[in-house]
Amino acid sequence: MRETNLPLPARNIGSHVPMIDGPEKVSGRAKYTADVLGVGQLAGHIYRSPYAHGEIVDVDISEALKIPGVIAIVSGADCDKTFGVLPIAHSEHPLARNKVRYRGEPVAAVAAIDDAAAREALRRIKFTVKELPASYTTKDALAAGAALLHDKKPGNIERDVLFELGSTAQGFADADLVREGTYNCAEVCQNQMEMHAAVAEYDAVRDRMTVHASTQVPYYVHLMLSQILDMDMSRIRVIKPHVGGGFGCRTETLNIELIAALLARKANATVRMVTTREETFITHRGRPETDIRLKIGLRKDGRITAVKCDCDQRGGAHSGYGVVTILYSGSMLYAIYDLHNVKYTGRRVLTNTPPCGAFRGHGTVDIRFGFESLLDQMAAELGLDPFAVRRANLLTAPTFTDNDFMVNSYGLPECLDWVERESGWKTRKGKATGGNGARKGLGMACSHYISGASKPVNWTGEPHATVKIKLDFDGSIVVLSGAADIGQGSTTILAQTVAEVLGLDLSRVRVVTGDSEVVPKDNGSYSSRVTFMVGNAALDAARNLKSLLVNAAARKLEARPEDIECLGEVYRAGAQDKGATFEEVVTEGLKDSGTITVTGNYSTIPESHGGKKYRGSAIGGTMGYSYSAQVVEVSVDEETGVVTVDKVWVAHDCGKALNRLTVEGQVQGSVWMGMGQAMSEEAAYHDGLMLTANMLDYRVPTIQDSPPIEVGIVESIDPHGPFGAKEAGEGSLAAFLPALTNAIADAIGIRFNDLPVTPDRVFEAIEKRRRAIEKSTKNGGE
Amino acid sequence: MARLLECRLNGRDRADAVADNILLLDYLREKVGLTGTKTGCDGGECGACTVLIDNKPTLSCLTLATTVHGKRVDTIESLGTEGQLSAIQRGFHEKLGSQCGYCTPGFIMASAGLLRKNPDPSDAEIIEALGSNICRCTGYVKIIEAVRFAVALGKQGLAP
Repeated sequence: MRETNLPLPARNIGSHVPMIDGPEKVSGRAKYTADVLGVGQLAGHIYRSPYAHGEIVDVDISEALKIPGVIAIVSGADCDKTFGVLPIAHSEHPLARNKVRYRGEPVAAVAAIDDAAAREALRRIKFTVKELPASYTTKDALAAGAALLHDKKPGNIERDVLFELGSTAQGFADADLVREGTYNCAEVCQNQMEMHAAVAEYDAVRDRMTVHASTQVPYYVHLMLSQILDMDMSRIRVIKPHVGGGFGCRTETLNIELIAALLARKANATVRMVTTREETFITHRGRPETDIRLKIGLRKDGRITAVKCDCDQRGGAHSGYGVVTILYSGSMLYAIYDLHNVKYTGRRVLTNTPPCGAFRGHGTVDIRFGFESLLDQMAAELGLDPFAVRRANLLTAPTFTDNDFMVNSYGLPECLDWVERESGWKTRKGKATGGNGARKGLGMACSHYISGASKPVNWTGEPHATVKIKLDFDGSIVVLSGAADIGQGSTTILAQTVAEVLGLDLSRVRVVTGDSEVVPKDNGSYSSRVTFMVGNAALDAARNLKSLLVNAAARKLEARPEDIECLGEVYRAGAQDKGATFEEVVTEGLKDSGTITVTGNYSTIPESHGGKKYRGSAIGGTMGYSYSAQVVEVSVDEETGVVTVDKVWVAHDCGKALNRLTVEGQVQGSVWMGMGQAMSEEAAYHDGLMLTANMLDYRVPTIQDSPPIEVGIVESIDPHGPFGAKEAGEGSLAAFLPALTNAIADAIGIRFNDLPVTPDRVFEAIEKRRRAIEKSTKNGGE
Repeated sequence: MARLLECRLNGRDRADAVADNILLLDYLREKVGLTGTKTGCDGGECGACTVLIDNKPTLSCLTLATTVHGKRVDTIESLGTEGQLSAIQRGFHEKLGSQCGYCTPGFIMASAGLLRKNPDPSDAEIIEALGSNICRCTGYVKIIEAVRFAVALGKQGLAP
């Protein structure tokens, strides 16, 4: 029997745990990059190209240098190195050289004693180009004779992808119904609340560079700074303060942090560069405009027999993440349904617009929109319920897909059950009625995502993730991790994981992140990798620490290690033993080595790396796929075309919810971000000039536009995830888009294949139908 | 031209020489060093810079510093007393009304303005009061829960 005065190990997993850095955020004490203010800092400002495409003739800075207070000016002449997130695609200079390729591309930058002097200097820079014809759309860039953006990219194609697995000819022949659809999804931007910023401090005496950056991957910034500055990596320190969101655009090293560093070195000073919202938009790295042609074969029972998908992405002026995006779009057709006979062609196209990048749901979202739309339309044609057609195509885990993706846990069936039940689908679908000119409708769809890419972009042979834990005389557990918390709560998850293993209260654990001088390298916060990869490394580190403490307790209690029971604050040898306190055990443990440090590692298994069936087939390989199903209820006002989302039910299979509060928050945020893309967000251009580079014209939903979002958490307990966990922050975004248009189709019988579905588009479609009916009635009457 | 600005900032009287054309936002952040108030856009689009002027939520990015002469200005740093978070701060922390945290000071000050005027608002009143603040993380669901929770705490006597 347990003595009642002994503490029980603290439980830290599976409940609602507020973020451990929450108190800083709600009190204004959390410091973001722009809050790094200091005496003597110089203001950094960027001169950007007013031309969309041109050969650089001259960047004349002589007049600008005469402005009082200007300390240094850099231009393309100061740096001939290139950068890029993919080792195979370093096409971009931090400041344009030889050519400019989009309106807003950085050409020069000024460091001055204040903003006013820097801005005045920008006005004095004389930039001369020989203009070239520019391509702003995919179609123009692909047209015969279009001016090339990059000499080495014929046809303005950054990358084309082609694969066929199985036989689509046979698959379509076996189908009872074959349908095709074309879909267009507008370009969208992350528009995270914190504008891009960097503070670069150059120490000329020691030749060292310290950069504070609003980044998702301090490690990539570190690599690129070294490359651009031509400076040994050991002389560089990257600090990531609090980061105000990212959603993918800060995965890549941005030109801003590189330019700030170039300026700081030239000025021999500290340069603070805080961009405007407009510049943050133009720096872009969002989701590309995507054109999809999709063909699906279906049997009467709802089984999919073949899929053919063509995808063109307007990538912008540089590769960025583009090669990976166009590969994800094809590969992630798989791993959600049991598909065979799939053919995919993808083209990543270069255009004279700001470069696109990785945006939440990277590469999967627009394709999922097309797929789930066409599936819904075909189900209706066959008289099948939308749920039934999905259920007819489920995978059975564990399995490998035709493109060699490893699926070990698969909670999609439970997700479907949950949203079907909670939304009252069976009794309400097709029976929703409207009033006051509004028609109601219900729609559903599914989506999925990876828990981090199994193969890191920069392959080094190291473990995928490493976490250190320090324990010293004070008895506080200090977790050291390079994982970048950008608001998603990764720091909290690491603290919970370590506290859970040690049975300690969360208050004993501190997490240090974001300073390359202190923390282990990490591959960064993107593709939803942190909970899975870094969580597993933290688990390993905590277990190593526990085993060390158990050994110390055994010595202290003169018992065998296998007889020691860890109760968190007390270690004891058997139920009758009074035991030793955590502090006593730590003191004993320190006798061996002084300060205790342990390491935890995590490496993915080769089976998760994807196959070799086509070039680029590793993209999409992961240790665990998350799954999501959604039901969306809408009201459509036929008089105005305004669509109101009344409610969303979403079920997300995250393996195991380590923190139910943050899982709910991530899922709601994903769904809502999908809603923005589906209904109002669009980056629009005029001759390459972004027209929507502010938050009034780029329409993010407000609190008044936003529905209640009910979250069901499905726990499929992944065999490899930490405590069974998989990702929770991206997989629920994509399903919203088709669930919305499916709901609109249910409400008014019109299907929208182009996004965003704005009131204008809805109104136009309703009017077009009304006129067509009028015309046919009139004709019929004659 | 600079002139003397006297105001009651976060409960203390201040006097500073400020330029005529400096924004309240820049005065707070760069002159006083209160960086809790955030810049989120190029002017009046996002609400991240919301502060209270005589208890009224106001965009500090559209307010010249000199116009608050003789007035009471409260920023996010004014909330919470005696080592305790205020009701709204607790709501945003405990109910996850804050993820990345960047819009949070603006949302909290807009909520504080509401609750000081109306300690028991309906959902519709909460939504109306926060209608000009943008959050990119939460989808607003938990922000509404956060304010509701603060209302409940307020009924137990905790200051907003």
